Order: sequence, then C-alpha cells, then structure tokens
Amino acid sequence: MRYKAEVRVTLKHGVLDPQGATVRSALAALGYEGFEEVRVGKLIELWLEAPSEEAARERVREVGERLLANPVLETFTVQVAPAPAARAPVPGRPAGPGEAGGP
Amino acid sequence: MKARFGIVVFPGTNCEMDTYHVLTRVLGQDAAYVWHQDRAPDPYDCLILPGGFSYGDYLRTGAIARFAPVMERVAEHAARGGLVLGICNGFQILCEAGLLPGAFQRNRSLRFVCGWTHVRVERADTPFTAACAPGQVLRIPVSHGEGNYYVDPETLARLEARGQVLFRYATPDGEITPESNPNGSVANIAGITNEQGNVLGIMPHPERAAEAVLGSEDGRLVFLSVIRYLSEGRAVRV
Repeated sequence: MRYKAEVRVTLKHGVLDPQGATVRSALAALGYEGFEEVRVGKLIELWLEAPSEEAARERVREVGERLLANPVLETFTVQVAPAPAARAPVPGRPAGPGEAGGP
Repeated sequence: MKARFGIVVFPGTNCEMDTYHVLTRVLGQDAAYVWHQDRAPDPYDCLILPGGFSYGDYLRTGAIARFAPVMERVAEHAARGGLVLGICNGFQILCEAGLLPGAFQRNRSLRFVCGWTHVRVERADTPFTAACAPGQVLRIPVSHGEGNYYVDPETLARLEARGQVLFRYATPDGEITPESNPNGSVANIAGITNEQGNVLGIMPHPERAAEAVLGSEDGRLVFLSVIRYLSEGRAVRV
C-alpha cells in the first residue's frame, strides 16, 4: 500500500523562537492585534510504500527521530493516510515529482 | 616533528583551503583533505571539520553531513581520545552527530552575521587553549546565520560545572555582556568541548585570523595550542 505521511516539526515548549517573534512583531506592525504568540515550525511530506498504515507510521517515526527533528530543540508529530497509487512515468520523459507519485 | 592534520571536506564546505593554508604555509605543519565519502582516511593527529554550508544546510545545519561515511571515523578518532576541532559549520555538525551537546538556532536577529567578535578564553589548560593565557581576549571573526547555541538549563549547568565552556563572546576588555553576543547563544557561549576535553566546537573562525595582514593573529593560538599538545607526545592517531 502507498501512504502519505506528514511530519510536523515544532520547537519544544520553552525554546525561544526568533522567527516566530519576528513574524509576531510584523503582524503587530500591520495592525493585527491580539496575536499573543507566534511559533514557526516545519511541515515535511513523505510518500512511501508500506505493508500497513501502522508499519508506515513506525517507519516515519523512526526517520523523524533520526533525521527530521533535532531532539535538543524540536518535537514532532506524525500523521499517515492512504495515498493514491503512483502513476507510471510517461515513456520518454523523466519522471518529475508530480509523476513519480509526488503531490 | 610536524603534526598531521586531516581537514574533512563535505559538499558545500568552503573554509577548507583557508584552514589548509594556515596549517601548512603559516604554521609549517602537515595537512591533507579528507573527502566525506572516505571511510578509512590516513592516520591523522587531529581532524578538523571546517566551516561552510555542508549539503546546503538543508533541513538543519549539519543534519545531513553527520551521516556522511567519514563521520564514523571522526567518532572513532574522538572515542580513542584523538583531537577533533569543528569550526562554525563543523561545530554544528559535531552537535548533530552527538559528539558535542546542544544545537543551533537562527541568530536572534535573524540576520547573517559576518564580522569581528571578541571571545574570552575561559580555560587555558586544554589541548585547544594551552597557548593562551587564562582570561585572554581573542579577536576572531564570525560568519554565520545559525550560530545561536542552545542547551537546556540542566545541560548548561553541567557544562559550566565541568568546565566545558572554553570560549565566550565578550567585550574587548573581556566582559561578558548581552551586547557582545552576536547571535543570542546561551551564556554567550562561542566554544565548548565534550566531557573528555578532546573535541572542540568553536563558532568564530580562527583560520581567518591567523595573519597580521588579515587584521588579527589571535586565531593562531588555537592551532598553536593543538600543535603544542601534540608535540608533547599526547597524540592519538586515527
């Protein structure tokens, strides 16, 4: 089965976020009041083949721990859902991200 | 006897030639480049991870480089007590590899900082600072976008208690102030060692301040310390 996973990487609670603070002051400068705090994170999308949804989640969690997030600063959550099968590449054209089964 | 330095080169490293120049032409030592795919480099007394933007700094600085094959050798060398020196991006890679504690964030200003800083030598009894005087202030430039060093408060307390902080951003007189901190690093940290004291990460670039014509010779002291330590026969080869 083919799955799409989303890994949401966020800064740990208590770690100062210079990007978030800057976005917040930009919002205030534009006249948008009431945004108490802004924190910036990353969204990483992955497509993979796995025997089950649970197996896909396990695999993504593993790469999350090893590579995608730095445990000193960040935490992450994983969401997995079945994805449509990859389309076969069009003959004579190199497979682009859209064709090899990307988004 | 000359010391033999291995300068590790990743795709995107850009300070390896400056480092090579200082070690060989300025200080008369032996040095060679070690390619990141090299699993079995020649024996070196000290491995240096120079600055740059390894793998484009994608994902996080140093996050991809730390899985390069050569890093296994760097870890082995460090485990045997061999000297490892990470400068700027090299410091970031050593943190990602777990050879040094902590991690890096964007500079607090969100700006890339490139300019002279002053760092105070906190200890002069280590392989990396033996040629300095305790409390000496070195004038060395920084050049980074993500030099904002972070460790949690408990780890910071341990680093301080064990004397692992070797360099701190300071005023020219050696005062530790918020204004002298170019990037927001906790406790003005500019350089730390591992617990054993044989792995150093330093954010400023000593190799860019090793000749009077460039405005400062202070960076030499870091390399001279290593050379002195090695000449005293305390070398551990890879």
